[in-house]
Amino acid sequence: MIEIDPVDRESTIGGAPHPYVPLTDDDRRQMLSTVGLPSTDALFDDIPRDYRNPDLQLPDALTELELVSEMRELAARDRTAAGYACFLGAGAYRHFRPALIDALVMRGEFLTSYTPYQPEVSQGTLQTIFEFQSLVCELTGMDVANAGMYDGASALAEACLMACAITGRRRIAISERVHPHWIAVVRGYADGRDIALDVMPHDALAATDEHACLAVQQPDFFGRMSPTAGAWAQAAHADGALFVVAADPVSLGMFRPPAAYGADIVVGEGQSLGVPLSFGGPYVGLFACRDRYVRQMPGRIVGQTTDIEGRTGYVLTLQTREQHIRRERATSNICTSQQLVALSTAVYLETLGPRGLRRVAELCYEKAHHAARRIAQLDGYEVEDGEPYFHEFVVRTPKPVAEINAHLLARGIIGGLDVTGAPEGDGTPRMLLCATEMNARAEIDAMVEALRDA
Amino acid sequence: MRDFASKLEPNAMDLSRPGRIGIALPASDVPQAEPPPPELLRDELRLPELSQLDVVRHFTRLSQLNWSIDTNMYPLGSCTMKLNPKVNDAMAALPGLAEAHPMQPAGDVQGALAVMYGLQRQLVEITGMADASLAPMAGAQGELAGIRVIKAYLDANGNGGVKRTRVLVPDSAHGTNPATASMAGFDVVSVRSRPDGDMDLDALREALEEHGHAVAALMITLPSTLGLFDRNIVEIARMVHEHGAQMYGDGANLNAMLGQVKPGDLGFDVMHINLHKTFSQPHGGGGPGAGPIAVKPHLLPYLPSPHVVAQAGPKEEEGTRDRVPDDLRAQRDPPSLRPPTSDSPRLALHDPERTIGRMGAFHGNFGVLVRAYAYVRSLGPEGLRAISEAAVLNANYVQARLRDAYELAHDRTCMHEVVFSGNRQKAETGVKTLDIAKRMIDYGYHPPTIYFPLVVEEAMMVEPTESETKETLDAFCDAMLAIAEEARTKPDLLREAPHTAPLRRLDEATAARKPRLRW
Repeated sequence: MIEIDPVDRESTIGGAPHPYVPLTDDDRRQMLSTVGLPSTDALFDDIPRDYRNPDLQLPDALTELELVSEMRELAARDRTAAGYACFLGAGAYRHFRPALIDALVMRGEFLTSYTPYQPEVSQGTLQTIFEFQSLVCELTGMDVANAGMYDGASALAEACLMACAITGRRRIAISERVHPHWIAVVRGYADGRDIALDVMPHDALAATDEHACLAVQQPDFFGRMSPTAGAWAQAAHADGALFVVAADPVSLGMFRPPAAYGADIVVGEGQSLGVPLSFGGPYVGLFACRDRYVRQMPGRIVGQTTDIEGRTGYVLTLQTREQHIRRERATSNICTSQQLVALSTAVYLETLGPRGLRRVAELCYEKAHHAARRIAQLDGYEVEDGEPYFHEFVVRTPKPVAEINAHLLARGIIGGLDVTGAPEGDGTPRMLLCATEMNARAEIDAMVEALRDA
Repeated sequence: MRDFASKLEPNAMDLSRPGRIGIALPASDVPQAEPPPPELLRDELRLPELSQLDVVRHFTRLSQLNWSIDTNMYPLGSCTMKLNPKVNDAMAALPGLAEAHPMQPAGDVQGALAVMYGLQRQLVEITGMADASLAPMAGAQGELAGIRVIKAYLDANGNGGVKRTRVLVPDSAHGTNPATASMAGFDVVSVRSRPDGDMDLDALREALEEHGHAVAALMITLPSTLGLFDRNIVEIARMVHEHGAQMYGDGANLNAMLGQVKPGDLGFDVMHINLHKTFSQPHGGGGPGAGPIAVKPHLLPYLPSPHVVAQAGPKEEEGTRDRVPDDLRAQRDPPSLRPPTSDSPRLALHDPERTIGRMGAFHGNFGVLVRAYAYVRSLGPEGLRAISEAAVLNANYVQARLRDAYELAHDRTCMHEVVFSGNRQKAETGVKTLDIAKRMIDYGYHPPTIYFPLVVEEAMMVEPTESETKETLDAFCDAMLAIAEEARTKPDLLREAPHTAPLRRLDEATAARKPRLRW
């Protein structure tokens, strides 16, 4: 083994300066002399000697050129919507992303700033959050919104905990038509606080006077829009429970906002507002509620105020709810807001405006219904279309879904999710298909043809 | 002086004019469907109507009101505001990764899974733990996952019928620690620090004896939020384990320890890692981050779901997996960390046997994970060590240069950050830490973290990181010294600062009393 000269080891990485560590040998010598220590090793003398300098079994550093080449090779192994027609939704939706989103969001001033604790030099982030909150209120019809949660599922979990805090009750009622992964997240958060979770079948959905809330999803996991949501809200309220709705924000471009049918807390997965699929994250959870519950709301909130010269500005506010002030008595331990993703949804919504968002929603609706209508004509396939749906629907298939999807994939098509084992099934193979504005008619028709000969 | 008032930007709704749009969308190319029942439809949607240039200029101008790592030194203690390499953003945006759908079958997303698996192995090696889960989407969620793992483990292993209901947290801890313990259903017991900054072992002993077998865990940040490496950490772990409790490590300050020491070796059972701190994920104005957890073998069955595992493939059975590629570098790589080849084992998403469940809808903040993986690949073992050395040297250099002007909370070698107190300035001139911080803005430096940790009065916590040059550190120190002088000679200049930012000090009291939270 070659002995490495200590100075060389300190100053170079693999024999060369590294672009991420700018100190030179001269810098180190001068700085150590100012500090009054003989070597950088001495900086670590508080670490028990027996545990110092462990072996790190990691590959040597790659240069940027080598890294890009390796990562491209890895990325090329995936079969994705980048090269395939995609009809998979189930909680993550592919939508058109105007080019200006990345150009704006990736500006270093947004990308590399921290939480806006110093408002005088963070007005960009703060005003963006204020606009995001306003946009979420407009979409959902609610009074107030926060700066964002980790994702839609954790937002729903926090909403249910918030309902427990408001009502003082320790049971949550949730529809079994909520995305199963979301139910799993709610269960985890509820378990932590020893709160009971009742997952209820759609036809017997009702809160009792023991429940803090009734939680539903619109459209639900199977893509369906329930026209009876208002009745659920009334029944929940009659029992003193809150009505919590998880809504897809793109659907709100055409469908009634949850506030209009009695929601007390509305959450949603912000990903569909032009955020890349990115294998499941980072996304952003939308969270809005009625005015009277604002002090029980988790998460970061921005308010408008003025500076000492009377100019309009924005600050983090109502912080006495939060962990850095309230510690173990905080409404939640959350101390982030997925801000960059929230920003990108704000850019998306302000670019599309009301007409654009409505158009996207209508295109989704039209394309999904076209696909469903054509599939319904195929022998052996049956579309579950007894209830209104938005851009996803369930198809009963003549063969196991995995077999059909393999057949589709060989034809350049990513098929739907296998929901054979999901609630309301009877063992018949079922597939959850999604269409958005990204699916051209030719693509849809090709998918239908591929199903025909599957 | 510049007129900054004109730099402020109206909100988007004030810029809106009916009839404008920022992007055109195509007409439908399918036959019209029967519309939904009218009672399901909304009749009004109020969103801003802006031209494309309106949108571009609006957000560009807003961005210019922000300070960032890319524009200013940003020495926020406990936040690790280091270089965010641009190549990592480019890697996260590669179409094969950015367009992978989270519900695709594992066989179709082997590249994405290879990145996740690779990062799990990297974190395990760096922390000295047995395995890692990438599911938690932020540091605080990692804490919640880690504490729930501990709870599940303790519940499953009994405790003579006594339920462990308490978590010990040092008084210097970040606020998320007690908030997390409470979210997981535990009562919090605070443990005081000694004057030298280390945990008070007598206080710990008392707490352990008083609460006996009701203690589930000690949550401790290493190095501590005081920027110090607790010299008794091995003894602390021994005491905690002796009482049947678990050691939870808050990895917020891992940047000081890369390749210097492995927390797993010191006795930690579970820790979370802030990828947005040590592993260079851009903070984005407050997220997204990611808070993977790494655990010891006894906690593996409880890891959050999903977890990426390597399954033996047919190639491996034939013994071809260990065929040595021509590349000599690969010979030194442990098998799991070798750049994957087509012979690599098939990767799959797996629910651990007794998992605490899901933290989010899918597999964690994947885009953040890609950046962290790329970052570690760009540094290698020597690079990681060099990062810690430079981060710690830089903090000690700032400490040495400013120690005569500002009171040190603890006069000893610090790790990657140094905590000063504004007590002297406050006593001598009435100028507070807040005033010093605001004055730094006039000099072009983002203020350090202030009034944290809570156990230091008038705290100013400076974390320069390894990314800054000596020239920048010197200029920063010169500014701090000039401000200390101004505090004596022109205290009002500090009290009224900042003078050059887009806005002066904001009225936070009214904002909280009469909340105006939307347009």
